[in-house]
Amino acid sequence: MAAIRETVETVDQIGGEKCKYGFSTDIESERAPIGLSEDTIRFISAKKNEPQWMLDWRLQAYRRWLQMEEPKWAKVSYPPIDFQNAYYYSAPKQNAKLASLDEVDPKLLETYKKLGIPLVEQQLLAGVAVDAVFDSVSVVTTFKSKLAEVGVIFCPFSEAVREHPELVKKYLGSVVPSSDNYYATLNSAVFSDGSFVYIPPGVRCPMELSTYFRINEKQTGQFERTLIIADKGAYVSYLEGCTAPQRDENQLHAAVVELVALDDAEIKYSTVQNWFPGDEDGKGGIYNFVTKRGDCRGARSKISWTQVETGSAVTWKYPSCILRGDDSRGEFYSIAISNHFQQVDSGTKMLHLGKNTSSRIISKGIAAGRSSNTYRGLVSVHKKAENVRNFTQCDSSLIGPRCSAHTVPYIEAKNPTAILEHEATTSNISEEQLFYCMQRGVPAEEAVALIVNGFCRDVLQQLPMEFAVEAQKLVGISLEGSVG
Amino acid sequence: MLEIKNLHVAVDGKEILKGIDLTVGAGEVHAIMGPNGSGKSTLSYVLAGRDGYEVTGGSVTYKGRDLLAMNIDERASAGVFLAFQYPIEIPGVTTMTFLKAAVNAQRKARGQDELDAPRFLKLVREKSKPLNVADDMLKRALNVGFSGGEKKRVEILQMSLLEPSLAVLDETDSGLDIDALKVVAQGVNSLRSPDRAMIVITHYQRLLDFIVPDTVHVLSKGRIVRSGGKELAGELERTGYAEFAA
Repeated sequence: MAAIRETVETVDQIGGEKCKYGFSTDIESERAPIGLSEDTIRFISAKKNEPQWMLDWRLQAYRRWLQMEEPKWAKVSYPPIDFQNAYYYSAPKQNAKLASLDEVDPKLLETYKKLGIPLVEQQLLAGVAVDAVFDSVSVVTTFKSKLAEVGVIFCPFSEAVREHPELVKKYLGSVVPSSDNYYATLNSAVFSDGSFVYIPPGVRCPMELSTYFRINEKQTGQFERTLIIADKGAYVSYLEGCTAPQRDENQLHAAVVELVALDDAEIKYSTVQNWFPGDEDGKGGIYNFVTKRGDCRGARSKISWTQVETGSAVTWKYPSCILRGDDSRGEFYSIAISNHFQQVDSGTKMLHLGKNTSSRIISKGIAAGRSSNTYRGLVSVHKKAENVRNFTQCDSSLIGPRCSAHTVPYIEAKNPTAILEHEATTSNISEEQLFYCMQRGVPAEEAVALIVNGFCRDVLQQLPMEFAVEAQKLVGISLEGSVG
Repeated sequence: MLEIKNLHVAVDGKEILKGIDLTVGAGEVHAIMGPNGSGKSTLSYVLAGRDGYEVTGGSVTYKGRDLLAMNIDERASAGVFLAFQYPIEIPGVTTMTFLKAAVNAQRKARGQDELDAPRFLKLVREKSKPLNVADDMLKRALNVGFSGGEKKRVEILQMSLLEPSLAVLDETDSGLDIDALKVVAQGVNSLRSPDRAMIVITHYQRLLDFIVPDTVHVLSKGRIVRSGGKELAGELERTGYAEFAA
């Protein structure tokens, strides 16, 4: 699996060589044997002290996966992945720790600085061992007790399997079935860990989940599994990821996120993804094959996806909404930026099953360098879904002559009462806009960042405030080297 | 302040400016008049450093420095300002955001500290008032959906905020009715100062009734064919450019 080794090497150059920083021999025993087999899955399940039903669920997914084929329809290309030459489990504590920030690549620190990340967070993000973790423990404890007061469950997925089996059994795989697609099925077999959230009826979650926790999150690994349930009348805003580039030694990421919104519930899910995109020559970089889907199961429920995608070498990602409940609403706001040799194939699916359901899609794709940036979307109206409304706007912006942007919208309306609107534009960042900004003293790269942030404004406004500020800076950083 | 010597400029291989000589001292206001296609806008773009304008000969010295060797943003931070004939729209970027980015980029380039939001807001309010630029305009995306008059007022507001040493006003009167023209001209006049030079480029004499120049030059077919005092503008108004166009 040459490609994976290459990534490890490249990431190592950024994060420090692992042998040098304390990868000790007992780690091997914490790893699952190389390759994928029923034994690997039994090993993972045993390590997590999972009940039999969980193991059975994984094994069923694995057997299914063996009969599936890798999807080829996306507009991305990458060398074949050898699934038998990878590790599927390694305990989080094995992560290489550096002794201090002095050992971290200055380039990475420079980026942290530009993003305005506090020093302690920088250490955590860069994988520096921080023993006296400021007072994050007390911060976490404070918030955990606050959440417990209102009955919100927010815990690692593996803990939920043990502590809340009735909820996990009821909802796991109910939005993304374990047989859904190649990567989701693989995830179902070998998922490492992730987050579990349950908001009880009528409760408005008192804080943005994970804002305060993001720096404390253990590396959940390449096969993350997230399940969020908002019970009747509940509300939650969940933030995933981080603007800072993180050290990561896995090339293939295949996460699954399932959201369930019952009657009158609302889930707002925001992502900032900035994984290693490969170097300027397109070497290395993470493959991000994610399945994210929300089910507006109850009447008048609402699910809103907001994503800022700037990282990864290859992105294959379509956060979707199943609008099952009558009067439910789905939203998708996306910024996808690609530079150098990055390939993005991303979009959404809005499946209108219920009456009076509505959806809104705002997608902003920005391509620079030699990258390829594709919006792929489906708006589908079931024949029994009366009075459906959809508005879709896909804007692409190109920087330089060697990148490409593609828009592939699929629209299926089986009910004549549907009103569907689709608008798409493609534009270049014009020479005259750049000239105008620079004539006022703004240097070229800052000018590009300013113009692109303006282009993305509709989406950036959807992000929670503090995330938005970092995301704006990230837009600029992602496009460095794209002009002049 | 500015010394242009025997400047030759080509666009797409075609020579547009064919040997311009022009010296502008601090505190002076020079008008450059000429028919369409005489090279007026080319001159303003070359001074600002726009791509696609190839200098094939001659030199431009600004405050003792080789202006042609400087980047676009370097020139701006060194005090060269161009008021655009057609100000550019930047969707999604509010006028306020843009002004702040420009002012702080120039301050940074000059080694000054950047203005924080409250200080900047105060400054903008103070400078906006005489130009009738309302708060509402500052919150809108730069130049998007602005009327001709609004665009030009915001250009002059930028000039007022950036306090350039050399301001080049390219057809600032185009697209303005008489009332808007007066507001803009007043704004420009209030920025006249002994240490600031201005080059006012215009097709019509009308603007020069309000912004009275020290010197008037006539540009035709890429050359300055005549220079004189402000009365030259009045003369041109009567005779037209016919005698130069031949």
